[in-house]
Amino acid sequence: MKYLDEYRDERLFRTQLARLQQIAKHPWVLMEVCGGQTHTLVRYGIDELLPAGMEMVHGPGCPVCVTPVEIIDKAIALAERPETILVSYGDMMRVPGSKTDLLHVKALGGDVRMVYSPMDSIKIARENPTREVVFFGVGFETTAPANAMVAWQAKRLGLKNLSLLSSHVLVPPAVEMLLSSPSNRVQGLIAPGHVCAIMGTSEYEYLVNKYKVPIVIGGFEPVDLMEAIVMLAAQLEEGRAELENQYSRSVREDGNKKAQELIAEVFEVCDRKWRGLGEAPKSGMRLSEAYREFDAEIRFNLTDIKVDEPKECISALILQGLAKPKQCSAFGTRCTPESPLGAPMVSNEGACAAYYLYRRHSGEADEEAVSSGGGA
Amino acid sequence: MCLSIPGKLIEKSEADGILLGKVQFGGIVKGVCMDLLPEANVGEYVLVHVGYAITQIDAAEARQNYEYMEMAGMLEGELAGFPDDARPTKIDAEKIPHSGEAMPRDGESS
Amino acid sequence: MSTPEITSLACPLPLPVKSHVVMGHGSGGKLSAELMRDIFLPAFGNPVLNELNDQASFTLAAGRVAFSTDSYVVKPLFFPGGGIGELAVYGTVNDLAVGGAEPQYLSAAFILEEGLPLETLRKVVEQMAAAARHAGVSIVTGDTKVVEKGSGDQLFITTAGIGVIPEGVNLGPMNVRAGDRILLSGPIGEHGVTILAQREGLQVGGDLKSDTAPLTELCRAVRKAAPGLRTMRDLTRGGLSSALNEISASARVGMAVEERSIPVAETVRGVCELFGLDPMYVANEGKMIAIVAAEDAEAALNAMRSVETGAQSQAIGTVTATRPGRVVMRTSFGTDRIVEMLSGDQLPRIC
Repeated sequence: MKYLDEYRDERLFRTQLARLQQIAKHPWVLMEVCGGQTHTLVRYGIDELLPAGMEMVHGPGCPVCVTPVEIIDKAIALAERPETILVSYGDMMRVPGSKTDLLHVKALGGDVRMVYSPMDSIKIARENPTREVVFFGVGFETTAPANAMVAWQAKRLGLKNLSLLSSHVLVPPAVEMLLSSPSNRVQGLIAPGHVCAIMGTSEYEYLVNKYKVPIVIGGFEPVDLMEAIVMLAAQLEEGRAELENQYSRSVREDGNKKAQELIAEVFEVCDRKWRGLGEAPKSGMRLSEAYREFDAEIRFNLTDIKVDEPKECISALILQGLAKPKQCSAFGTRCTPESPLGAPMVSNEGACAAYYLYRRHSGEADEEAVSSGGGA
Repeated sequence: MCLSIPGKLIEKSEADGILLGKVQFGGIVKGVCMDLLPEANVGEYVLVHVGYAITQIDAAEARQNYEYMEMAGMLEGELAGFPDDARPTKIDAEKIPHSGEAMPRDGESS
Repeated sequence: MSTPEITSLACPLPLPVKSHVVMGHGSGGKLSAELMRDIFLPAFGNPVLNELNDQASFTLAAGRVAFSTDSYVVKPLFFPGGGIGELAVYGTVNDLAVGGAEPQYLSAAFILEEGLPLETLRKVVEQMAAAARHAGVSIVTGDTKVVEKGSGDQLFITTAGIGVIPEGVNLGPMNVRAGDRILLSGPIGEHGVTILAQREGLQVGGDLKSDTAPLTELCRAVRKAAPGLRTMRDLTRGGLSSALNEISASARVGMAVEERSIPVAETVRGVCELFGLDPMYVANEGKMIAIVAAEDAEAALNAMRSVETGAQSQAIGTVTATRPGRVVMRTSFGTDRIVEMLSGDQLPRIC
């Protein structure tokens, strides 16, 4: 597949790694922001190949993981109503709310439909004019325009039975929260390439200038990530702090203007709670005044639910890159993908889930695998 | 939250006021919405995320970046002391791998 | 209601022609008999079945008997490469074959939803009959029940199969030991991706179809070529990962597989990329793994490749003594990652 395979080329990867080995002389601490980047790093074992004691800490780039428990409970409440069809991305189906998850609600008779594209919710709404269709729209800026389309099309087509349960988060405020924390160890950042493909690069320019931290906009394939790491290492070794664009084939300085306009029309910035991180001001998006009629929370009078997160879960530390999943006392035992305690275990992109899937630490986790396995 | 895959736009059309397109990924073709990228032309490569084309792949940028990586890798090994951002003046177009060539696998059907 | 037509000279009462399954088809009366006569017998007909007893009776060759059962609920009922009929026959045949048995007799029980077009049923049954002939088995007994509309998704099939294991053949994970080689019979993920492509309305090139196929000949070839054959397993839901993990856990051994050696067709890869799926976890219906003693690996691989269903067989890894219960994959980058057993279904992701 063109523009994909080339960036998985092992030979090219190794030449970049060789460059890194030449350049890197110090144990720099870097962070990749996006969950998709974490996935690649852990899947290919790239973070284990870094020289000079360099370390990758995994950032909060998983909108699924950071969706507040309250929102999931609201989605579940909607799904449990007989007249509602809840339409959701696959990623959200297994995320636990305070009591259950969408998959279980579906099993018990709730009309929950999994889609690949938000376009499908428009189709479902038209095919079911007597039912209320709610699209559970989560995501970063990459997904926001597509989710926005649901409300935009609903308005244009006059669809009265379609609404949006929105849980959108913005990356730069979350990154800012991490960088400004007194316990921040991150010295260089790989910015999320697809977010930047939509939003452009200026927001990260601001972060570089304010925090004097080198930022490289990176892609998602092994070669992309390795090149981004090389670029960061070079900056750090040379004492520079600039914004560079590794993913220039997909990211332009201005981003996608049309998508940005759509986001600005349909959404407005608001404060947002991040599961595991707490509240970050101006880090989320909700439907704007003109589109408020499509807000499912308002349409269905969903009241606020306050939930405490399990005490054993150290997701706050993991999402900030202050701890690794292996260091959690519950990792792989009381907290697994089947029964997650916290945000980073719930989806494939979460740091804990990625570690669990690809790299469990040996010891009691292995014993458990042997004793619980077997049988078709 | 960003799973986006590059594919070739092979057709554009419209239905119900919605701009549509057909994008080819490897051996499959998928219908996508082009409303976020109406200016994309048939024949260009686009990134598709949740059924929407979100940006075009800049072929020239891709090529330049790729060649640079290849050359820089070689330079590190062969010409120590050469500055990292040196770019070769002669570009060998043959060196850019095509789809499927980069990762040959045993038994994989082409 | 259409004008009644005479459908049988033997029955004194004229019965209306029916085009859909109704509750009466499951009651064991005349409608059930009609179904038997018009659909099942013409397709499956064989001396045992034709006796129409409550049970099938036959003599088995001497030896240990292998017995397996499975239910089939796939949706859509028909897809490129086959349909529920093929799955229902080949699935059970393969469960027997990978145990070293020669599959012989199948039972077929149907749960039909009221309102299912009889034409659909006929098509499924004819596919089953063709599959049974191709696999060299007979469907000798069965049952039909009908449930009310809304209580069943069109058509469910349960097949059970009996086969005979030749003298001296004793396969299973208990035989597996460190140093053994793991052989895979061909490219993975074809069935699951075909179904997904159908559901998502993907236009696919002609080469994407379910790999549903009987593996009897393939299994026989490996048995004959490799005296050191330890065990075989067919890959179904849960994909290659499940098969490897199950054996690894049962046998309490580790496994080291090479990512590069696992064949994945280009189209399958494209669909997986698009939906964020890992081919290791995608369903197959005509693939198996064989674990053989290292010294037999070459002969076994050649034997597999000489059979059509194993033409693209590859050696994909080795059994190890370290990290029992763990399947470790050497990535194409030379790093190791664990192939974990998936909990539940693999869901397409956007993240």
